[in-house]
Amino acid sequence: MSQNTDFSLIEKQAQRNERIRKILTYVLLTFWALIVLFPFYWMILTSVKSYSVYNSEYIPKLYTLAPTLQNYHDAFTAVSLGRYFLNTLIFTLVTTALMMIVTVLAAFAFARLKFRGKDLLFTLFLSLMMIPNELVIITNFVTITNAGLRNTYTGLILPSVTSVFYIYLLKENFEQIPEELYKAAKVDGTSDFKYLWKVMLPICQPTMVTIAILKVIECWNSYVWPRLITDDEAYFLVSNGIQEIRENGFGRENIPAMMAAVVVISIPLIVLFLIFHKKIMAGVSRGGTKG
Amino acid sequence: MDKNNNKAWLYLLPAMIFLGVFMVYPLFDVMIYSVEEGYNSASQTYFGIGSYNYNYVLRDPYFLQALKNTFILVVITVPLSTAIALLISVGLNSIEKLRDFFQTVFFLPYVTNTLAVGLVFMILFKKTPYSDGFANLLITAVGGTAVDFIDGPYWAKMFVMCFYTVWVVLPFKILILTSALASVNPDYYKAARVDGTSRLRIFTRITLPMISPMIFYLVITGFIGAFKAYSDVVAIFGTDLNAAGMNTIVGYVYDMLYGDSGGYPSFAAAAALILFAIVLTITCINLLISEKNTHYA
Repeated sequence: MSQNTDFSLIEKQAQRNERIRKILTYVLLTFWALIVLFPFYWMILTSVKSYSVYNSEYIPKLYTLAPTLQNYHDAFTAVSLGRYFLNTLIFTLVTTALMMIVTVLAAFAFARLKFRGKDLLFTLFLSLMMIPNELVIITNFVTITNAGLRNTYTGLILPSVTSVFYIYLLKENFEQIPEELYKAAKVDGTSDFKYLWKVMLPICQPTMVTIAILKVIECWNSYVWPRLITDDEAYFLVSNGIQEIRENGFGRENIPAMMAAVVVISIPLIVLFLIFHKKIMAGVSRGGTKG
Repeated sequence: MDKNNNKAWLYLLPAMIFLGVFMVYPLFDVMIYSVEEGYNSASQTYFGIGSYNYNYVLRDPYFLQALKNTFILVVITVPLSTAIALLISVGLNSIEKLRDFFQTVFFLPYVTNTLAVGLVFMILFKKTPYSDGFANLLITAVGGTAVDFIDGPYWAKMFVMCFYTVWVVLPFKILILTSALASVNPDYYKAARVDGTSRLRIFTRITLPMISPMIFYLVITGFIGAFKAYSDVVAIFGTDLNAAGMNTIVGYVYDMLYGDSGGYPSFAAAAALILFAIVLTITCINLLISEKNTHYA
């Protein structure tokens, strides 16, 4: 009998420990979630405070009772935010589209076609992944400058098109399609290109979408190359635009208007993320890295 | 077969042109730049070949400052971010409710614009005549004195830089570690529990060895990424990093290349190659260590 109560005591103890551990885990996770979300809250909050309210708060308030959209109006009229936005949109779409074409063609050649030196060439391609961007950017800067392509979309886009990693990713995916399908198509007299277009791409659509989204994120956030290659405000992307707004924009102290610009710039990717978060996270965990 | 041969090259042509012009050629070109002494980008002439550029860069106080900043950043953020990511991932793996929600929230910084959110961090930490800022509000609330984290003492600036870097790199690490933890075969845990193994022992003897390849992967990519820190730093301290005393090696390269202090591609090339040598060395050391300690299932 006494042994029985002992057991129930031990069980109770274990249950209590388990509960404490659970609570601690949730506290930790919530704490980090707050740290992650707080900057977003702060930028939205500040962006709806009016200039005078913001500057009169010596101790910043965590809420506002008189939200205003004036800052958003200022962000689009006082600085060329719309222009930066449009530039980034063009840059992102064209770069991603070109990258997809180049990548699909190369991945198809590596996955399905037979030619001499294929393995050697593929190894060389892979070894290019080790080359840091910082190393080649110096010559690219000189190349583009000498070609007279500074402050043009072409100059912005061309060096950003290549992506060895995505060629690798897509090639792996293409190779999972049974070879028999290719042979059957050959027997039917289907051309390589038609086979790629009608059979392979539809089958590999999920990977294609993932690659496209990851590239869009990369393009939207790119800063270093655009900064080197553009000094004409008419060709600034959003990242450079933000830096420009910060240094010469609304006057250094108009922080609410700056925050409105930051919110506008952040929204497209956050929306994209909320729609595709499963795909994006799966894609990144398959080997994407930041930067 | 022969027909196929020619066609394959046609498919590969676009990729090879782009990679050739913008990656392979620059790789060799940058080495040439780095040994051309007194290169003038306007007239495209140089005096001679030698190691002057390297000597100059290694003696430049701005470069040494950048080197110091980068090393401090690396030494602090790589272990710290990996440890925090591990802690959070273990937490994530032990819960069921709200797991997807937390996972999605934690990944959010990955998709946001570094420059834009950096500006928010700057405002949170900045002390102006009008306001002490949010960070100082917290500090004074617990009885500390307000510090300007953006224009103030070195350690304060370094703190913001490290904090923001950790904030930026964590999503990727949490994602990788969470999926690594989820892929550990649950039979091992069940067996250990039957034997009455303590939780700590399960963690150090089963979990850690099983996910050690992924931890080493994160440490290696973490080192590489942290050595190349630049955009995050610009986001907080503005483009004139030398004035802020917070320049990084990559920042030094770009300053040499372009901007008010720019026009010296040779110095930029030398600095970039020094950085590459450092990263390569550290990566090799990491690989050697991981080779010895990693448990491959």
